[in-house]
Amino acid sequence: MTTVGDRKPAGFEDNDQHPVGHGRMLRKEDPRFVRGRGNYVDDVQLPGMLHLAILRAPVAHARLVSIDTTAAEAHPKVKAVVTGATLETLNLAWMPTLSNDVQAVLVTDKVRFQGQEVAFVVAEDRYAARDALELIDVEYDVLDPVIDVRRALEDAAPVIRDDLEGKTDNHCFDWETGDAAATEAVFAKADVVVSQDIVYPRVHPAPMETCGAVADFDPVEGRLTLWSTTQAPHAHRTLYAIVAGLPEHKIRVISPDIGGGFGNKVPIYPGYVCAVVGSIVTGKPVKWMEDRSENLVSTGFARDYVMRGEIAATRDGRILGIRTHVLADHGAFNGTAAPVKYPAGFFGVFTGSYDLEAAYCHMTAVYTNKAPGGVAYACSFRITEAVYLVERIVDCLAAELAMDPVELRLKNFIKPEQFPYTTKTGWVYDSGNYEPTMRKAMDLAGYEDLRREQAEKRARGELMGIGVSFFTEAVGAGPRKHMDILGLGMADGCELRVHPTGKAVVRLSVQSQGQGHETTFAQIVGEELGIPPADVDVVHGDTDNTPFGLGTYGSRSTPVSGGAAALVARKVRDKARIVASGMLEVSADDLVWDKGSFHVAGDPSTAVTIQDIAMRAHGAGDLPEGYEGALEAQITYNPPNLTYPHGAYICVVDVDPGTAQVKVRRFVAVDDCGTRINPMIIEGQIHGGLTDGVGMALMEIVAFDEDGNCLGGSLMDYLLPTAMEVPDWETGFTVTPSPHHPIGAKGVGESATVGSPPAIVNAVVDALAPFGVRHADMPLTPSRVWDAMRGQARPPI
Amino acid sequence: MQVSMTVNGEEVTREIEGRLLLVHFLRDVLGLTGTHWGCDTSNCGTCVVWLDGRPVKSCTVLAAMAGGHEVRTVEGLAQNGELDPVQRGFMECHGLQCGFCTPGMMMTARALLNENPDPSPDEIREAISGQICRCTGYATIVRSVRWAAAYEADQRADADQPAEPAATTGGAP
Repeated sequence: MTTVGDRKPAGFEDNDQHPVGHGRMLRKEDPRFVRGRGNYVDDVQLPGMLHLAILRAPVAHARLVSIDTTAAEAHPKVKAVVTGATLETLNLAWMPTLSNDVQAVLVTDKVRFQGQEVAFVVAEDRYAARDALELIDVEYDVLDPVIDVRRALEDAAPVIRDDLEGKTDNHCFDWETGDAAATEAVFAKADVVVSQDIVYPRVHPAPMETCGAVADFDPVEGRLTLWSTTQAPHAHRTLYAIVAGLPEHKIRVISPDIGGGFGNKVPIYPGYVCAVVGSIVTGKPVKWMEDRSENLVSTGFARDYVMRGEIAATRDGRILGIRTHVLADHGAFNGTAAPVKYPAGFFGVFTGSYDLEAAYCHMTAVYTNKAPGGVAYACSFRITEAVYLVERIVDCLAAELAMDPVELRLKNFIKPEQFPYTTKTGWVYDSGNYEPTMRKAMDLAGYEDLRREQAEKRARGELMGIGVSFFTEAVGAGPRKHMDILGLGMADGCELRVHPTGKAVVRLSVQSQGQGHETTFAQIVGEELGIPPADVDVVHGDTDNTPFGLGTYGSRSTPVSGGAAALVARKVRDKARIVASGMLEVSADDLVWDKGSFHVAGDPSTAVTIQDIAMRAHGAGDLPEGYEGALEAQITYNPPNLTYPHGAYICVVDVDPGTAQVKVRRFVAVDDCGTRINPMIIEGQIHGGLTDGVGMALMEIVAFDEDGNCLGGSLMDYLLPTAMEVPDWETGFTVTPSPHHPIGAKGVGESATVGSPPAIVNAVVDALAPFGVRHADMPLTPSRVWDAMRGQARPPI
Repeated sequence: MQVSMTVNGEEVTREIEGRLLLVHFLRDVLGLTGTHWGCDTSNCGTCVVWLDGRPVKSCTVLAAMAGGHEVRTVEGLAQNGELDPVQRGFMECHGLQCGFCTPGMMMTARALLNENPDPSPDEIREAISGQICRCTGYATIVRSVRWAAAYEADQRADADQPAEPAATTGGAP
């Protein structure tokens, strides 16, 4: 079922006063934010709290010769100085990563990337802690670094991970998916094969709030409270229990208001562990907040895939197969935050939205002397890279065939009747109806008119480009039999309690970093229970007060926790039916639910509301036989499959022939995320992701010089889009519900980050077609576009 | 050293280190944590407050330099418990998500509207161009500021209208 929504003035598609359930509703969290009353980690102020600062390595690869902390320890405001040697005595010098690798908390043997943690100081205030870092004297024996990912596996390359038993090279892993032989066969019979080297450079999520923690260890109770910038408080608690040997029930992780995450706040960073150690050794609460450079040079980067894409087709534009080889730069430690059985994340969806005969991918991942990470920046576990590859290579094919890129896509889309559709790499797309979404985007953009305008401009020597992308995402990990993080299954709990007066509290295992969970989840419960969302309090981000679950990333909150919230509300509704049957003295089977009340079938005048029922369930009166009282339920939702949102994006750019500056003039995004809970919030998520796309396509890169110095270590060097670089977004939607999700919803938080970069790059390449340009790598800065215009396009790394 | 200034209309005097940044003075000394810190290089603008009515990046102002001056922060935006129209606009038009850049954005927006009660979308974009938001993509921030401008224009128009006779508005309260 697909419905195509009318486009009304943006942001006002629905009734603002919707009393119950789904629809546009202003956010419940905003009143505190607009008053400056958010509570972020750095706002936590505890009596006697000390401040922690980390000394970081100035070089990328070096043997640690000695550390002298005497002068730092003598600083009058310093309470503790801790090095890797100290941590070794506590057995805390190394910690597991989320990908079953290990990472040094503090360097004990060798520095493996610039900015790596070497020592930390705990002092009375922030400034004194920083002062004392200057007093630590470290001697390094500098080694040749491995920076060029293409040379990491050469025999002569220095071995970075000599901490691993028997390691003699920089190989991290090899991975493949699809059918190599079948793909070779379709390539052999194809009329046309197009091949293109495509780089998705290293970028960084750079949330406005950097990472940090406040650790408060109570030695008497043996209890640790950790306020932390984490997107996954429960998973973190379990890992702290494993790493630090603290009993899990004595650890409370609180993730208060979070100033943006985008995947940057999924891993456990050495700084968090340092804060815990700092509190244990000083006996005081300890705050650690990284500065912006620390955030950019040491925490989870994103992408860094060097890809070769190949596509095979018939002369008339029927795509037969896609083949790709990827060289993945994982940095010094494999810190990828992805389900462990998916070392390349969900890159396997590189077959895109097309009905292929065969597909194959081979990937080699390597270690380099760069910061660890890889899965972050709203990437839906590497779907950004997959969609970029397929949407770029499809455009390359369109150019080769001299076919309109939209026409080529329409010709090859998976058809609605083919869903559920199993791709050649084994993914089961739950639902989709691609053509109406594509056509809606074309209508909104005025596609034919744009092509006419472009032809006129080209005739005058002006450089206008129109870029199209069409994506299918796979979001909402689990199911848990396939997906786990270090053995923790990717399912999510939910608890719902209706108070005697009919107000409710719902407790989630996921954690908002700006997505508006306090509103959306109140709406889900409100819809199912027939009570106003204003009457539903949402509790999240505190392991002592919420059920276990894996957290918010990979667009999984609505697909997983949203399902849990709907089902737990239905469970409560089932209990309410039993109570109502007692109140109305009829069999529960004779009751009819009417969004907020039950009545005897055929007699609406008998209605008892959920509020009446809640009071009765807590009251002194008789309840039906076997009903214990109260009105509450809990559930763990293990999703049967991922959800597969899709979307069609059209970007219009103008390139200044004199300066090679790219201006994104228009951007039309039509998204289909199934059932829409709060269209205002969805639109906001789309806008944010589109802005990420402009950043990545045109501005952002974390580059390194040959010595391994990070060249993107501040916001002076790592450029993020401002209001000046982005257009007024034009959005639309179609609705193809997920057949397996309890309310038909699909994840949407990362759709635009995934789908927009190829639309922008395709538009720039289209603008440069008069120069014979077929491809140019991101970021398309003026100098790189200038080179492309002169036939000198080069990869960014 | 001792520093005295007016913060949100209140005189404050504190003993501080000369190197203390205004943002840390506001947050750590006065406990006004609505003003945020996001970079070290004056790029992000999460720390924007007013110094004598003009938006400044408080990470680039020493607390000592604010001595004798008037500082206003997001906590001082609402007047007599009444939200500023800019604050309402941000809520009405979804001008915020994680809320981290929001205080700085609103301080700049209020200052803009004080100088230019009817700014165009381009003028709003230029006004906030020294500030970064990673969540909203800016369009809803532009709408939020336009909402506040329109609201205030309505208020001014109402104030110019003579009061209507009671009969036309109905008898009972």
